[in-house]
Amino acid sequence: MTDISMTSAQSQSQTGKIVLRWLLYIALGLFALFYLMPLFVMITTSLKSLDEIRTGDLIALPREVTFDAWRTAWSGACTGIQCEGVRPYFWNSILIAIPAVAISTLLGAMNGYVVAHWRFRGANIIFSLMLFGCFIPFQVVLLPMARTLGIMGIAGTIPGLIFVHVIYGLGFTTLFFRNYYVTIPSELTKAAKVDGAGFFRIFWSIFLPLSLPIIVVTVIWQFTQIWNDFLFGVSFSQAGTQPVTVALNNIVNSTTGVKEYNVDMAAAIIAALPTLFVYVVAGKYFIRGLTAGSVKG
Amino acid sequence: MSPILEIKNLYKSYGTTEILKDINVSIEPGDFLVLVGPSGCGKSTLLNCIAGLEPITGGSVNIDGKDMTHVSPKDRDIAMVFQSYALYPTMSVAKNITFGMKVRGVDQATQDKKLAQVAAQLQIEPLLNRRPGQLSGGQRQRVAMGRALVRDPKLFLFDEPLSNLDAKLRVEMRSEIKSLHHNLGASMVYVTHDQIEAMTLATKIVVMKGGVIQQIGSPAEIYNRPANLFVADFMGSPAMNLIPAKAHSADGGTRIEITRKSGEPIVLTDTKNRDLPEDVILGVRPEDIADPDLRGAEAAQAAECLIDMVEPAGADTFAVMQLGGKHVTARLHAETTAKPGQPKRLSFDLGKVSYFAPETGLRLN
Repeated sequence: MTDISMTSAQSQSQTGKIVLRWLLYIALGLFALFYLMPLFVMITTSLKSLDEIRTGDLIALPREVTFDAWRTAWSGACTGIQCEGVRPYFWNSILIAIPAVAISTLLGAMNGYVVAHWRFRGANIIFSLMLFGCFIPFQVVLLPMARTLGIMGIAGTIPGLIFVHVIYGLGFTTLFFRNYYVTIPSELTKAAKVDGAGFFRIFWSIFLPLSLPIIVVTVIWQFTQIWNDFLFGVSFSQAGTQPVTVALNNIVNSTTGVKEYNVDMAAAIIAALPTLFVYVVAGKYFIRGLTAGSVKG
Repeated sequence: MSPILEIKNLYKSYGTTEILKDINVSIEPGDFLVLVGPSGCGKSTLLNCIAGLEPITGGSVNIDGKDMTHVSPKDRDIAMVFQSYALYPTMSVAKNITFGMKVRGVDQATQDKKLAQVAAQLQIEPLLNRRPGQLSGGQRQRVAMGRALVRDPKLFLFDEPLSNLDAKLRVEMRSEIKSLHHNLGASMVYVTHDQIEAMTLATKIVVMKGGVIQQIGSPAEIYNRPANLFVADFMGSPAMNLIPAKAHSADGGTRIEITRKSGEPIVLTDTKNRDLPEDVILGVRPEDIADPDLRGAEAAQAAECLIDMVEPAGADTFAVMQLGGKHVTARLHAETTAKPGQPKRLSFDLGKVSYFAPETGLRLN
């Protein structure tokens, strides 16, 4: 008797668990659908013709798939008087983002290494000041930075934008690397010093090879920041050096006559693709780096 | 022979905190110097000062007759083994060992030859292509030793190299370090907080406390004639019994009286030491309080004691009692008849006894 009642109670709770589990999955699925909706609308709209957009339903699948909008967005859409699409601006963004990410990551690694392992008088103050730099709203520095760029003679140029992004990325990259490097025992530096290695040798041969996980984190962070930046891009560029975010804004806001939703959507997706790419590619290495670190012991 | 390491009037402070005060030590070539003391006594800092990893505030450090006070670590001709081993995690064992030579620009053939030599010596040939992460604690320890050995330095420095190993491995590595020292005839400075490690390894021990040297001497000197109460208490396990007592001059020596909670005081006669002040602290090693039948020494005198506790430890049995208001441990025979709560006749051997002044803690005899 007792046995039977036990099992029925057990199977009841078992059923309850399964029902709960399914409710949970359904709720999560709905959230995911809700979250993916805008992307869905963007992609379908970008594949429709203008006529279909005007007459059709917003969330309907395209009756006829056409890549015309993508072609226009890439190389024909007009920003004001020029009609060359986002292509030149896309390359501008790449020319800005890649050196800026590389330089700020490398300098951040070096700074973090110094702050964590080559303690000097005032190291804490300098680190605090750099941290403070992370929290300065960018609007505040626009005017002084414009003046600085002017004095340096790189206002409105791509090197100028690289410079700005490196400066404002340094706070974060230094913080990332410093926090990673303080977990490396100082005995490692001491052993290398006794072995005869100097400042740069220890950095290159011992610290950098250990840094893959944090390099990936920093690259993802910096690339997203720099690629998606609009404020610096719009403030410190001139015709011909604008990044893709600024171009996107111009395409969407400066059309006259009929609003080409399909082109706008395609241009927006193009502008967002590189960050997506970095997440997908580097994210894998990120997780791999993390597990490698945990097994290291 | 000139000393291989000579430290003169060394001071070290961080800001206003003095870490090391007036350190003077020197060792001859082939010596095994052990710096021992409780945590925070400055022994590791002193080692780092010898290595040049910490700048010193005052004084001088000479290695092999050359003033190295302001020389960088790499030019001091030293090698160091760290507590955490500090192996380079991304390099193979072979690369770890040859890193120093690579940095110094030693040619490849010499590197290979020395690597093979050291690997054979430490029996780590099968590990050469592995990463430190794939090694056990004992193997990492060996690699760290290999990295030091390959330099063939004037002076080896060890910073608590065995404290991360389990008890069994620690004893194994300890005797290995000892035989290594014996075979190489190298000069070594070794930091530990483990007084047994200090006793077994050292040819010379420096006992430190609060940044001040308490005593320098051979293991036997430190053990048998501790300079003060701190050294007496710190070195030896179980610790030396430090019993408050009264001393009176008497015929044929000094009468030592130890009060007891209950019953008559114990009265012992010391025939060797005279002219002691009245209040003393009597230092007796546990092995000098033993079963009477096992002692033939003339200095031994028997007294009845109430045993509080009996702790069998295999080879010996420790009996704990109350004398002069202190717990006193006696090292008895394994098959002793001592039982807790029962009186037992014990013999006190005053042949190697120490006396300390209660106020200053300094040795009197």
